[in-house]
Amino acid sequence: MSDHKVKIKINGTEICCNRGDTILKAARMAGVRIPTLCHDDRLEPYGGCRLCSVEVKGVPRLLPACTTPVARKMEVITESETITRIRKRIVSLMLSNHPNDCMRCEKAGECALQDLAYQYGVDGSEYGGERWDLPIRQANPFIVYDPNKCVTCGRCIRICNEVVMAGTIDWVGRGFHTYPDTAFRKPRSLSNCEFCGQCVSTCPTGALIDKKGRGKGRVNELTRVKTTCGYCGTGCNFFLNVKDGKVVKVTSDYDAPVNHGNLCIKGRYGYEFIHSADRIKTPLIRRGDSFHEATWDEALDLIADKFTGLIKKYGNKSVGAFSSSRCTNEENFLIAKFARTVFRNNNVDNCARV
Amino acid sequence: MAGLATSLGAGAATNSLAQMPDIDMLFLFGSNPTEAHPIVSFYLKKALRNGAKLVVGDPRKTWMARRADVWLNLRPGSNIALLNGMVNVILQEGWENREFIEKRTEGFEELKKKVKEYDLETVEKLTGVSKGNIIEAARLYSHADKAMIVYGLGVTEHQTGTENAMAIANLALVCGHLGRPSTGIMALRGQNNVQGASDLGPLPSSFPGYQAMSNTGAREKFEKAWGVTLSTEIGLKSVEMLEKACEGKFKGIFILGEDPAQTDPNINEVRKALDSLEFLVVQDIFHTETTKHAHVILPGASFAEKDGTFTNGERRVQRVRKAVEPIAGKAEWQVICEIATRMGYPMSYRHPSEIMDEIASLTPIYGGISYARLEKESLQWPCPTKDHPGTTTLYTDLFSRPGGLAKFMALDHKGSGETPDSEYPYVLITGRVREHYNNGSMTRRSPGIMELVPEELLEINAEDAMKLKIKNGDKVSVSSRRGKIKVKVKVTDRSQPGNVFLTFHFPEALSNLLTSEHKDPITGTPEYKSCAVKIEK
Repeated sequence: MSDHKVKIKINGTEICCNRGDTILKAARMAGVRIPTLCHDDRLEPYGGCRLCSVEVKGVPRLLPACTTPVARKMEVITESETITRIRKRIVSLMLSNHPNDCMRCEKAGECALQDLAYQYGVDGSEYGGERWDLPIRQANPFIVYDPNKCVTCGRCIRICNEVVMAGTIDWVGRGFHTYPDTAFRKPRSLSNCEFCGQCVSTCPTGALIDKKGRGKGRVNELTRVKTTCGYCGTGCNFFLNVKDGKVVKVTSDYDAPVNHGNLCIKGRYGYEFIHSADRIKTPLIRRGDSFHEATWDEALDLIADKFTGLIKKYGNKSVGAFSSSRCTNEENFLIAKFARTVFRNNNVDNCARV
Repeated sequence: MAGLATSLGAGAATNSLAQMPDIDMLFLFGSNPTEAHPIVSFYLKKALRNGAKLVVGDPRKTWMARRADVWLNLRPGSNIALLNGMVNVILQEGWENREFIEKRTEGFEELKKKVKEYDLETVEKLTGVSKGNIIEAARLYSHADKAMIVYGLGVTEHQTGTENAMAIANLALVCGHLGRPSTGIMALRGQNNVQGASDLGPLPSSFPGYQAMSNTGAREKFEKAWGVTLSTEIGLKSVEMLEKACEGKFKGIFILGEDPAQTDPNINEVRKALDSLEFLVVQDIFHTETTKHAHVILPGASFAEKDGTFTNGERRVQRVRKAVEPIAGKAEWQVICEIATRMGYPMSYRHPSEIMDEIASLTPIYGGISYARLEKESLQWPCPTKDHPGTTTLYTDLFSRPGGLAKFMALDHKGSGETPDSEYPYVLITGRVREHYNNGSMTRRSPGIMELVPEELLEINAEDAMKLKIKNGDKVSVSSRRGKIKVKVKVTDRSQPGNVFLTFHFPEALSNLLTSEHKDPITGTPEYKSCAVKIEK
């Protein structure tokens, strides 16, 4: 075993992990699930929600798995009566200041808080007391913020400041009245927000949601298709969420090799062009100054005839093709092959130079 | 890309994006990743948070420039002078990596002689960058352990674009900053599949995978696979086809998903060329400035409507998957096959995966790539065989030039094709803003994005605005020797005195009516980043 590896025991099973890894990471690698709310792999370890508390042999108190690094011969227990009692208490406290309106919440079905309440059998009736009654913020085109559903995990704040470095949101208020918001609680605009939706992508509850996808379908009604973004050359992956043959939303793919779930305004919110009414829907043939709708057969026959005619009349060097860096590799290969085998020349170029 | 290909062997980024957080020193040149490549900027920001030093070469005071240890605010078009000057400082001070130069490069003496002409006095005069900043940038770059140069279209979209990239390679080679993890040159590609479109051969002088047409072995391989005798004559670049069309010597073009009538420079000439054609077919998802000139318009399928692959700027081949049926019934690959078949060359594939299999069989750098593998893993080319894991860092051992050595190129400062004068006193730089994309045909259809950024804005420095007696929101006319547009003003210190900035996202204010006809003679890339304009109220 090299210096970079350490052996620890999780729930009695010995595993080998990297020095410097947290207990949470080591457990996940070993396939052991530890619940978390404030953790996101894209962010620095935080240790805010304490749901990942575990027992470590020889330590008299529980330790947060997300911030505790592994050490040689460490023995970790991830489930016990004490741990369950603590986790129930935490979820119960969260629900005591939460609207608990899952039936109409956009996040239902993929909400971490809902899942925890289900897992630990907590309904939020244990504690009474004051609840937030804060206005819902949605005076912008993309992001709806319902602070009443916030569990103050700080993930939105951290992704905005650690990853995007936009500094749009931070903690505001004191004590019970502390929650994330923009400076001076001003509406989001381009002067204080990039509208990348990174905060939405990390929010574990329905506090931050995509405005455009609202009401377009429950998570179990949507088909998620993993694909690669069609804008810049970074190559981000994401899921197109499809319902009834329409793309209704873009969501993060946290396992993507390039972007790990991160996206920008164009990737996350720039998808409406797909179903735009302005799309060209049929082949069009020019007659004089106007275009007339045609069938594929008519258009393709005409194209074949015209190019064949031009080649016959002016020689095969008189025609060529432009390809595009917007098209797929396969299409670019085919157009290169097309020019060489059909036009029988090398007059083929792409806008990669432009 | 031709620049890096000449110096190093391949026209591609040398490292992986995932290596960026570990770099010690970032030299960002002619690139504004926080707007044009936001996700790349997240990697770079992480490097900065980890303590990396930052030098930014950019005439605009971008987000990164504001945070730079050294901001090299060079005059547009003076890239080579600046880079030569930095190399000269490094050689004068003895900061170069002699072992690397001796073992892995050639042409050093010519370079050394050339950069001697670029002493600090001269460079300061040519670039407008202070001597102290040049020395400090050279020191930071040459002294770092893991130094990475990240460059963008601010380097390539000049008439000396190819040479600018070579000058960047010179700097990296002098310091031996290549061939190691987190150490190299990353070129950020503008569009989603620029890399793939270059890789897969719609180029007039090479077959897919950069196999030269002059290579008899390669030609015979393609002839055998495709069952035809291939022309040995080098074809025409797109700009050349358009020029010949103007002269009446070129008759028919099939344009797949491009909009030269909005995005090419000096578009009045482009329009004339398109109108001179006897037959123009344009396939696109929307009506564009170019479709107006077509004889037949074919509907395209968006990326959500077809299967395929894109190759990103770090050579990573990734799947595009069909989420919805093509709106018009057919995807581009099917259309190309049908036209070819109608013209007497039968092409038929049941699925794009079969096209990828053909690519793999003919293109060594993609040789090990298949859809089955891409379901399970993510591969960066070169990936020559089915069991090859792909390549994250290029040139760890040898450069992909004959002999395995990288080549220093001795380069002269030439400047921009058009420089400001008394009649047209301002330099216009064009580029993108974060919210929009290229000709805007996609982003302008997002009502939310249009609510945020509804129109073109001319970015101008407060000093110039005062001189011209204009203020935020005023409408001005911007004109060059080629055209004139009307546009609203945004006063900002992102523009330095003497420089103004426009995007090219809005057909109502076509900035490419203004941009110049000068282009890089090697690649044909237009000089979008510099032309002379005047501004009137």
